[in-house]
Amino acid sequence: MEFISAIISGLSMGGTYAMIALGYTMVYGIAKMLNFAHGDVIMVGAYMLFVAIVSAKLPVWVGIMIAILVCTIFGIVIERLAYKPLRGASPLAVLITAIGVSFLLQALAQIVFGSEQKNVSALMINGSLKLGEVSIDYSTLVTLAVAAVIMVALTLFVKLTKVGRAMLAVSEDRDAARLMGVDVNFVIMITFIIGSALAGVAGVFKLMKSPAVTPTLGAMPGIKAFTAAVIGGIGSIPGAMVGGVLLGIVEAICLKTPIAAYTDAIEFAILIIILLVKPSGLLGKKRREKV
Amino acid sequence: MSEYVLETVGLGISFGGLKAVQDCNIKIKENEIYGLIGPNGAGKTTVFNMLTGVYQPTYGTFYLCGEELKGHSQEVINRCGIARTFQNIRLFNNMTVIRNVMVGLHNDPKYSCNFFESILRLPKHFKAEREMRARAKELLDIFGLLEDRNQLAYNLPYGKQRKLEIARALATGPKLLLLDEPAAGMNPHETEELMQTIKFVRDKFDMTILLIEHDMSLVSGICDRLTVLNFGQTLAEGGVEEVLNDPAVVKAYLGD
Repeated sequence: MEFISAIISGLSMGGTYAMIALGYTMVYGIAKMLNFAHGDVIMVGAYMLFVAIVSAKLPVWVGIMIAILVCTIFGIVIERLAYKPLRGASPLAVLITAIGVSFLLQALAQIVFGSEQKNVSALMINGSLKLGEVSIDYSTLVTLAVAAVIMVALTLFVKLTKVGRAMLAVSEDRDAARLMGVDVNFVIMITFIIGSALAGVAGVFKLMKSPAVTPTLGAMPGIKAFTAAVIGGIGSIPGAMVGGVLLGIVEAICLKTPIAAYTDAIEFAILIIILLVKPSGLLGKKRREKV
Repeated sequence: MSEYVLETVGLGISFGGLKAVQDCNIKIKENEIYGLIGPNGAGKTTVFNMLTGVYQPTYGTFYLCGEELKGHSQEVINRCGIARTFQNIRLFNNMTVIRNVMVGLHNDPKYSCNFFESILRLPKHFKAEREMRARAKELLDIFGLLEDRNQLAYNLPYGKQRKLEIARALATGPKLLLLDEPAAGMNPHETEELMQTIKFVRDKFDMTILLIEHDMSLVSGICDRLTVLNFGQTLAEGGVEEVLNDPAVVKAYLGD
């Protein structure tokens, strides 16, 4: 029974990871860059929740709206100021810039809010649903439901809309897409907007589980979600979901065993093993070599 | 309105010290099929790249129906009415055939619905999608690709991939269509079929076409006029017969 509840709480943790991994994977697939500042946008969202709910005493749902909105704006500004000028530059330059933006955001948070921990407890949902011997936290249920809805919506968006189709085209062949009249900068902007909004949602998820807000709050989930995206096959939307959920379940199970202290190590070891067996990730596209 | 669909004036480009194309003057009238030929490395694809904004010309300029397009980016030039295919096919390989064409229809104002209408899935979004799909099917039907519409582009045989590239380019609603070696890698039978398709496109869409080609049977079969490039310079231009019998052209192709 304990095993089953571990899997269920793993699903919820996985939902959070998947939410962040989607941002990584979409930006990678379309802009062909690793946005290492993505995890820190979660932190921005968490601080916005703190400002709105604790400092300004706004209702929780208004706080959530504000947090997601501010994350989106941060996404746009980061993309415009830091990444757009480097379009066409070497991937390494973009990567270093992304790491720089990550440090910048953490330092800014420290300057503005100080390094001591802040608490937002309004989002905590207590209590759990009891089904026989299995108990499921309400927060787990909420996370799972929201994550599932967002993933379905995103898949439909990419499959069925013009912008979604343009995104696919840009990820396939950016130059050919431009020559067919697709505005690549607009498409990349939309991608950042979606990714950052999802990071905002992930910030809400995070505060539903634990109330602590610190400037480095986004760093570890960011790296874990990046791992999830790579496990699933970076660039693939379903891959990000599969990778996120898989990682979440592994983490939850590990935490219930005597080797809980090695959870992170085990997760990264799984990444290495999967990459050895399937270098493009579980659902990643195989690169065809033409002779 | 200018009497020419495309007019290049002293168009040229240097890469470092190398003048890849110099003083290229091409004038194409409406509804014409115009050939750009020359030995390998003569600069033909470079001209295409300048006309589509991939390269910015170092010298000269060019006009589409009297409107100067030099200096614009690829997507703007495409929207103004120049569409192209590629020497090495560049389809969106992992998208279905019909979606490839629908990307081409992307900018047509007929199918416009704004971002919010899409997000909220208002009726207008579905109407636009339905109409786009219908238009894409029409285009695919013209090229005999309707049956294959749900296949991935990558899985099409080579000849059909070439046709799909032309269909995708036409979907962007161009005034001028640039074809970069459309018959490359085709057998004589397929080439013959392609010639019919190109003529058909010209008549059905009232299209003006500029094409690069090595296959002389295709060139002499469908082109109205030609320009021959050699080492980036114009060697000859004019009617097909006259150009192909020009001693300088024969020499460039066959040597002394």
